[in-house]
Amino acid sequence: MPVKMEDYNGLTPAWCPGCGNFGILSALKNALVELNLEPHNVLLVSGIGQAGKLPHYMKGNVFNSLHGRPMPPAIGAKIANRELTVIAISGDGDGYGEGGNHFIHAARRNHDITYLVHNNQIYGLTKGQTSPTSDIGFVTKTTPQGGPPPINPITLAIAAGATFVARAFAGDIDYLSSIIQQGINHRGFALIDILQPCVSFNHKNTYQWYKERVYKLEDEKDYSSSDKSAAFKKAQEWGDRIPIGVFYREDKATYESAFPALGKTTLVSQPIETLKAEKLLAEFF
Amino acid sequence: MSNEINIMIGGEAGQGVQSVGFLLAKALTRWGYHIFADQDYESRVRGGHNFFRVRVSDSPVEAINETLDILVALNKETIDLHRREIGNVSVIIYDGEKIPGLEGKNLVNVPAERLAKEAAGDILMTNTVALGVVLGLINYEFELLGELLTGFFPGENGIKNVKAAKAGYEYAQKLSAYQKKLTRAGDSRRMLLDGNEAMSVGAIAAGCKFMSAYPMTPVTSVMEYLAARSEEFGIVVVPAEDEISAINMVVGAAYTGVRAMTATSGGGFCLMVEGIGLAGMTETPIVVIEGQRPGPAIGLPTRTEQGDLDFVLHASHGEFPRVVFAPATVDDCFWLTMKAFNLAEKYQLPVMIITDHYLANSYFTTDKFDLSKVTIDRGLLFTKSTPGVEYKRYAYSESGISPRAFPGNKDALVVADSDEHDEAGHLIEDAETRKKMMDKRFQKLSQLKQEIVQPRFYGTEKADTLLIGWGSTYGVIKESIDLLNKDGGSYSHLHLSQIWPFPVEAVSTAMKNAQHCYVIENNATGQFAGLIRRETGLLSTGSILKYDGRPFTPAIILRELRK
Repeated sequence: MPVKMEDYNGLTPAWCPGCGNFGILSALKNALVELNLEPHNVLLVSGIGQAGKLPHYMKGNVFNSLHGRPMPPAIGAKIANRELTVIAISGDGDGYGEGGNHFIHAARRNHDITYLVHNNQIYGLTKGQTSPTSDIGFVTKTTPQGGPPPINPITLAIAAGATFVARAFAGDIDYLSSIIQQGINHRGFALIDILQPCVSFNHKNTYQWYKERVYKLEDEKDYSSSDKSAAFKKAQEWGDRIPIGVFYREDKATYESAFPALGKTTLVSQPIETLKAEKLLAEFF
Repeated sequence: MSNEINIMIGGEAGQGVQSVGFLLAKALTRWGYHIFADQDYESRVRGGHNFFRVRVSDSPVEAINETLDILVALNKETIDLHRREIGNVSVIIYDGEKIPGLEGKNLVNVPAERLAKEAAGDILMTNTVALGVVLGLINYEFELLGELLTGFFPGENGIKNVKAAKAGYEYAQKLSAYQKKLTRAGDSRRMLLDGNEAMSVGAIAAGCKFMSAYPMTPVTSVMEYLAARSEEFGIVVVPAEDEISAINMVVGAAYTGVRAMTATSGGGFCLMVEGIGLAGMTETPIVVIEGQRPGPAIGLPTRTEQGDLDFVLHASHGEFPRVVFAPATVDDCFWLTMKAFNLAEKYQLPVMIITDHYLANSYFTTDKFDLSKVTIDRGLLFTKSTPGVEYKRYAYSESGISPRAFPGNKDALVVADSDEHDEAGHLIEDAETRKKMMDKRFQKLSQLKQEIVQPRFYGTEKADTLLIGWGSTYGVIKESIDLLNKDGGSYSHLHLSQIWPFPVEAVSTAMKNAQHCYVIENNATGQFAGLIRRETGLLSTGSILKYDGRPFTPAIILRELRK
């Protein structure tokens, strides 16, 4: 029986009306339905922030972890049971601030995880402070004089070795869903940075602001997502025009595929064989 | 009177002190002797001063004897530093061609480097010559030494080592300097292993399938041990970018259904603290080894201390049940690691094993662990769903324990949350659910307290003075008790290897039976004495504390008590 949207219905979201997170939630549910993935084979690991609440508003296995830490438990879970579709859900503070180190190393090791970062360029849960992706000079409660330049998650991911690097816009649900589907289908670490308007605290980067600027990479003539140098160049474009789509993609062995211990079956289904440790004891004589 | 000798090999890092010391200990283990061996090294790869000390006895030994019979000095610093530890019938083996101009009694000049070059064509074998010299002096069977070396060094290298050892062995046999010959102590076969090895094998036998860690002295070798056996035993070891990642990966793996652990020292544990709370809140079974070294900050990286007790007991904000073990012996290292995995899963909480450099990196002989006695208890698991009833990860129950399901089960979606949550695992804010969930988690304690590992009691209940210790100081306090009582004293010994939940009854009873109680700890502030006071309301007479980064010896404890 094919999976339906209703199968993914969860609790009622406690987000502000008009929040960009609604678009992301719809797109994610839609992507999972399109891929015909059943909720019990999906694991959603989130951090803390408004994005971290998303898994509660749909269906699936859920591990709502600590601030900045969706990635490490997602890695532990994927290694324990690689048959699960593991999606890590984060935000700009959670993923690029608190969890910055995990992001870099997860990309480097190429874990087979899809990483959705709800990037609203502001801290929403704590009500309007600067974030690692706030535009330069952006005034917030903690940066009344304007803040330093933002981090660029796209160039960072490519440099760290991510094998699927994309950006999408929460205001274009169908396109976001198609990017999420590609991310899930990609074998390896897939970053999807999602431009997400915050209607309460970010009055600069609004739906309208993004709509006037975003354009799709596939509409660019001659752009190839397999060209790393071109991807780096394109990733630096941010201003009057903001590219969305898949910046970079390559096939590389995943971390999970490199372990002989994971060769035959999932770790979680391997038996505990205590008596096999006899041979270890023999080495001590 | 037991037959005992004490041997020390000293030299720079890179001279092979550790391998010679270990092989010496192994050789004498195979001759039926009981061994205790400790090592002292600096935080450097080359140079400095390191030593490996081997106590050999025909009766059980579990502590340092400060008196030396044989000192093998691979450099001059060893002689300068350890000369005063030499007893009456002892020798200092040194290479007069490398360390010229030495004078004094007991010095035995062995041209070890020249012998290595002549016999094996390699001055890197100097340490093996020294090994041959020691075993030649005490009349060890050379054939057994040959077997040991070819087993330890594969191929051509083994043959060269045997040649080097033979040169040293034959040289020593011509010397008349040392008269204390040994013979085979018996046919008992014992294991020789250190605390880290015992915990590692304990984890593997317990079915640990996932480990993530960041290398840190003194427990790095646990991670290396599991990694080396990854393929054979189906274990994944992930070298994490930092300890925060390590423990959070472990929580994720455990949530998904595998037995998972990490190992670190105090500094790394600082970074892991949030993960302990996460395991507490999400009721995820994890095992964490905390191998203490002197802190705070980087402290003394390669030395020993018991300074992290309060830290581990209280790690994380908020309140939740936890278990803290402190192995007293290598047997404890094995069995308590085993038990740690069982308790973690049975009660769905974090279990910490707190040890230290001294136990983690010292070698002990012990009887083979009986693996048939190992039990695996994975706790209450979700089996099948009732039609129309959704699985709830945190379902209320009388015991406070909710059946675990794992992701991937078509009958159960597993929802876990670091926020306070309801039975279904979804975040809540209301007061009533908060209180019920706190009560549910703490309800597990009443059953958990039924299976506290009771303290060891040594000596008679009528003794005047009780010495109390915890963790790695077991062997040294026990030997002190024997020496004190032999000398007409009236002493007994209470030793804890489970710190939390605290064995209130056993400690209170033993303390009330004694007229004086002294708490012995390798720290500066008497943390354990404070814990005893908090949990029992009883005051100890005093504390014997040591916080110079070095372990206790029986001699030190006797000196302190006689003050």
